[in-house]
Amino acid sequence: MEVSLDFPRVKAIVESCTEKVDSLIDSYTDKKEQLISLLQDVQAEFNYLPQDVLVKVSQKLDIPLSQVFSVATFFRAFSLKPKGRHLVTICTGTACHVRGGQRLVDKIERDYGIKPGETTEDMKFTLETVNCLGCCALGPVAVVDGKYESQVTPDKLERALRKCQ
Amino acid sequence: MAEQVRKLSEKRLGNTAELESLRQSILSQRDPNRTCISICAGTGCRASGAEAVIDAFIDEIERRELQVNVELKETGCPGFCERGPLVVILPKKIFYQRVKPEDVPEIISETVLQGNIVERLLYVDPATGEKIIYEPDVPFYKKQTQNILSANREIEPAKIDDYIATGGYSALSKTLFQMAPEEIIEEVKKSGLRGRGGGGFPTGRKWQSCYDAQSDIKYVICNADEGDPGAFQDRAILEGNPHSVLEGMIIGAYAIGANKGYIYIRNEYPLAVRHARIALEQAMDYGLLGKDILGSGFDFTVRINKGGGAFVCGESSALMASLEGKIGEPRAKYVHMSEKGLWDSPSLLNNVKTWANVPLIINKGAGWYSQIGTAGSKGTMIFSLVGKINNTGLVEVPMGITLREMIYDIGGGIPNGKKFKAVQTGGPSGGCIPEQYLDTPVDFDELTKLGSMMGSGGMIVMDEDTCMVDIARYFIEFLKGESCGKCVPCREGLNRMSEILNKITQGKGKREDLNTLEDIAGILGDGALCALGKTAANPVLSTLRYFRDEYIAHIDDKRCPAGVCRELTWYSIDPERCESCLRCLRACPTGAISGEKRKPHTLNQGMCIKCGVCYDVCKFNAVIKGGKGATNGKGMD
Amino acid sequence: MAKVWINGQSSIEVKEAEGINAVHLTVDDKEIVVSGGQTILEAVQRMPGIGNIPHLCYHPAVKPYGACRICTVEVSEDGGSRFKFVAACLYLVKEGLVVKTNTERVRKLRKGIIELLLARCPNVKRIQELAEEYGVEKPRFVLGDQDCTLCGLCVRACQEIIGKSAISLVNRGIYREVAAPFYAYELSEDCIGCGDCAFVCPTGAIEMGPDGKPVLPKVKIPYAEIEAMMKREEVTTS
Repeated sequence: MEVSLDFPRVKAIVESCTEKVDSLIDSYTDKKEQLISLLQDVQAEFNYLPQDVLVKVSQKLDIPLSQVFSVATFFRAFSLKPKGRHLVTICTGTACHVRGGQRLVDKIERDYGIKPGETTEDMKFTLETVNCLGCCALGPVAVVDGKYESQVTPDKLERALRKCQ
Repeated sequence: MAEQVRKLSEKRLGNTAELESLRQSILSQRDPNRTCISICAGTGCRASGAEAVIDAFIDEIERRELQVNVELKETGCPGFCERGPLVVILPKKIFYQRVKPEDVPEIISETVLQGNIVERLLYVDPATGEKIIYEPDVPFYKKQTQNILSANREIEPAKIDDYIATGGYSALSKTLFQMAPEEIIEEVKKSGLRGRGGGGFPTGRKWQSCYDAQSDIKYVICNADEGDPGAFQDRAILEGNPHSVLEGMIIGAYAIGANKGYIYIRNEYPLAVRHARIALEQAMDYGLLGKDILGSGFDFTVRINKGGGAFVCGESSALMASLEGKIGEPRAKYVHMSEKGLWDSPSLLNNVKTWANVPLIINKGAGWYSQIGTAGSKGTMIFSLVGKINNTGLVEVPMGITLREMIYDIGGGIPNGKKFKAVQTGGPSGGCIPEQYLDTPVDFDELTKLGSMMGSGGMIVMDEDTCMVDIARYFIEFLKGESCGKCVPCREGLNRMSEILNKITQGKGKREDLNTLEDIAGILGDGALCALGKTAANPVLSTLRYFRDEYIAHIDDKRCPAGVCRELTWYSIDPERCESCLRCLRACPTGAISGEKRKPHTLNQGMCIKCGVCYDVCKFNAVIKGGKGATNGKGMD
Repeated sequence: MAKVWINGQSSIEVKEAEGINAVHLTVDDKEIVVSGGQTILEAVQRMPGIGNIPHLCYHPAVKPYGACRICTVEVSEDGGSRFKFVAACLYLVKEGLVVKTNTERVRKLRKGIIELLLARCPNVKRIQELAEEYGVEKPRFVLGDQDCTLCGLCVRACQEIIGKSAISLVNRGIYREVAAPFYAYELSEDCIGCGDCAFVCPTGAIEMGPDGKPVLPKVKIPYAEIEAMMKREEVTTS
């Protein structure tokens, strides 16, 4: 069981954005069935779903907080914790798996100590896996900060990661 | 502002005649003999560097001031992803593959300006060694029947005029003004079209039951939550030709009496979302969507919703739950979605490919459509041919073509001289088909008979280096992570299957485990709530059926015949092949390899963590992978 | 004329009333008449001796959910030629339906489901009772120690009966659990302490705590420890 506490640093950012948060949520008034779209907007803005934003969503749109929380934890697009500065996504679709995609995941675990969904201690990297990017011809595929790398070997991945500050 | 509003309403097409005159005017302004550089800008080619190639072309055209004479077109995906970036020079259709930005100046100066061929960029047929110059002659394309994908070449997705130029929205106008809803549904029924999303349910019948349902409010939904790992056809169609899907949806909505529609696109397809949004806006501008479409009095609006990263939302009831703002939990479908779906209203949900087939059927007729394919499966199907195959990409073929033709004639066979082992069809709900069934015609019912299914068209080819037990484990792990967790058979059953399969691949399996797997498979098939759970055991069952010997090897001999399962694979260095280049030594993360220049390297088994990096970096095939005892003591400490 | 069964043993013939929505179906070879619009499970519940349908995630006070799948029965819509498996708590009765609640196939499925549940919740009395009835001795799997079967009754009771939705099912798949928002160990003011959740729970996994609020299934850590954890977190992050 996790007792989730907001990191004060990020909390400060959220508090300073109250106007932005308010207007974002207000744009969904009378559209509470579009909860998932709203949460996606929040995720895009803050790189995760801050606690107080979720509470605000529940209050303003009159959706039970428990339902907002259920939705936030059900879908993989959402993160309740802040993510690292650099996002490393490794495709674990069948085609990439058959071409050795798992080894890239293993390599990150070995060298950076994080499993899929986790972030390094220094908040530098977040590792995620995705079930198919649709680039099967180029597998194994990894995406580092939005840049697609094709036919990735553990070496090539390391080189791409070294480029990230 | 008033100017803009006036311009917008000027664009609006008030009736069919205006649509046709717009079409004529677009065509008359196009010179088919004008030089055009057509580049695939789909996500696949972008990942191969197509954006840099496009930028290079833009720069070079500007530098040489060729804007007037040369057109640049960024198209959708025609399917030959293995060879991207793809550049086709029209009107001759000269075909260049694996183009790099450095090649661009030469292409302009040689081909565009002088008509000379740049030989090194041509496709070479590996079977004959022949260099292919023109796109229609490329064997990969020639053997396909690209009724739907061909449009991807001709259309720049963000330009509705391109779609109209190829005849777009003529099917819509035909249905609105020349056909009654019942006739439209009859035509779809006669065509024999079956759902392309996985279920293969007769589309006409689904439309009929939606039509029959009594309700003021009905919905039309496009399922673009393409979750099967290895499938990307829906993405290619939505990115490359979103209007074809939209047109199909408007026709469907008119036929059943729906005024609101949704396109549910998975979160991981940002380009498809962008192009779909642009398509919607442009269709609205032209009066092809929204109020009083083409002056027919029919209203229809569409909203785009993005998925949240859940495979289960590809299931129709889970998809509709997430459209309602709830978690993607499926529900029992004893009452069909076509009677009580989204918000308890009749809802017509079809897959992207199914919608894309509709304008074709209306334009060319059910008679024409039903002549393609087999008795039970009509039309063409778009497959994603991926994995251990030479020509990876999208393949559109008539139903009834054999697996062998697909894999060898179109796919070009298995790379690196390896032996074919199995082809997995239908994604996580499907099964693996071994070599002895390669002459099976690809058709909904034939694949189901073999213990697999058509699914949404994923076709993953596997060779001798693929471990079938690992594949079963992979699919179960995938489904375990995607299970919504509502029903006991799926949630608990997949978890336990995953435990067992992991044990087996780690060499801790027992014979009884196979019986347990089969028992759990039975519980899933009979007891699971939704199709995800009901079909979840298929990969396990089909690999047990056709590759039981691999399971036995893992259990009895603690050996992975394909050399994949880490705990059951041993690496060693063949001293006869080792060239002492030190590459593996440097790459090894644990320092398990020792050696020096001019002396064969040796691998210390005790320190080896079986990561396989040495196997990857060795250029002399000196690293051997095998089960215990397979190495005969060569190169082992 | 319709048959009315007495404890499933004998039957008497009764004249059918006019104008009611009567549905005739057969359950385990016995013809019964019920009013339409209800599920097989609801219909059978009201007729002692007819049909044998165990259930876990069903409660008459809330809408059926169909999660445990133990109530699965075989039904035939074509008079008995082809049968399919359906959840009795969700499937509405139909005219001419043939229902079999206790065939070998059904019992085998139930046994399998119970084995999976027993492996998840070996200490839960209700599951142990079912295991004994269906002959499940020792599950072939590594035993867990959960008390909650994720039937969802507590969540549904709070949502449908009370209208508060103080708790919900979070996460998905095997990580699913009943939790309060943000896993707070203290339930917010949304929870009115009515005790409905503990009342409907079939396993006793959720119980009323000393402060009048329910103790959720996973919260087995004493409150004092949680407070200490929170204090530590505050110190390091401030």
